[in-house]
Amino acid sequence: MKNTGTLKVETRGDREIVMTRIFDAPRDLVFKALTTPALLKRWFGPHGWTLTECEVDLRVGGAWRFLSKGPDGRTMGMRGVYREIVPPARIQYTESFDEWAAQGSALITTTLEERDGRTTLTCISLAPSREVRDAVLATGMEHGAAETYDRLADVLHTLAEKTAP
Amino acid sequence: MNRSDRLDATFTALADPTRRAILARLALGETSVNDLAKPFAMSQPAISKHLKVLERAGLISIGQDAQRRPRRIEAKPLEEASGWLDGYRKFWEASYERLDVLLDELKAPPKRRKRTR
Repeated sequence: MKNTGTLKVETRGDREIVMTRIFDAPRDLVFKALTTPALLKRWFGPHGWTLTECEVDLRVGGAWRFLSKGPDGRTMGMRGVYREIVPPARIQYTESFDEWAAQGSALITTTLEERDGRTTLTCISLAPSREVRDAVLATGMEHGAAETYDRLADVLHTLAEKTAP
Repeated sequence: MNRSDRLDATFTALADPTRRAILARLALGETSVNDLAKPFAMSQPAISKHLKVLERAGLISIGQDAQRRPRRIEAKPLEEASGWLDGYRKFWEASYERLDVLLDELKAPPKRRKRTR
């Protein structure tokens, strides 16, 4: 059964975004890739963006700081503080985008569950307010805009498939 | 309604299987409330309740025919809702695809050692 690679994104309530993704690797490797700067620099960021600065002080109360460079020299800075570190199962940290820093921090909880050598990553992002959550979603929307959005026909196709007898 | 309220209304409306079925039916063309109710084991008032939720979310409207008052689908909120999470998903999809490659690479060394032994 091959259902790695499918990313599920949902909103929950007013302030949460929940992402789920399966990786074909044991969770100690996934944990390492999520917390090691040299490795983060190799995967973190949407198409066309590179993580140019990455500082990780991996201990409770330790700070992290990412700076990504995108097309047209745009930058995106993020930072936060680690709240909980349970290798290789769970990590919790605060996160604020430089652009939205005044609005407060989101609380990110990532859990890694391993079964048969594969890891299910669940990332729950709790925003300080619905406005910030929606702004974060909108930022993603903007960064993803280079790629075509699903057309209405696709949405309806999915709806029709879901409701087919 | 602001954008955020609109999206809430859209997602709430889409959360129900009966309402998704109604939308799928309306995607094929304008339909009277009677005809919409037919495939469902539900009273017409129950269907009307669902239609009201869809209407409030702006997902459907009432067609021109004053007598039949057929319902028809409205494209815009669906487009907005699909673009909304889709953009965010693409943001992360790109990252996670690179992470897949990296993880494969991280898994490789022990295998190679085994083979050379």
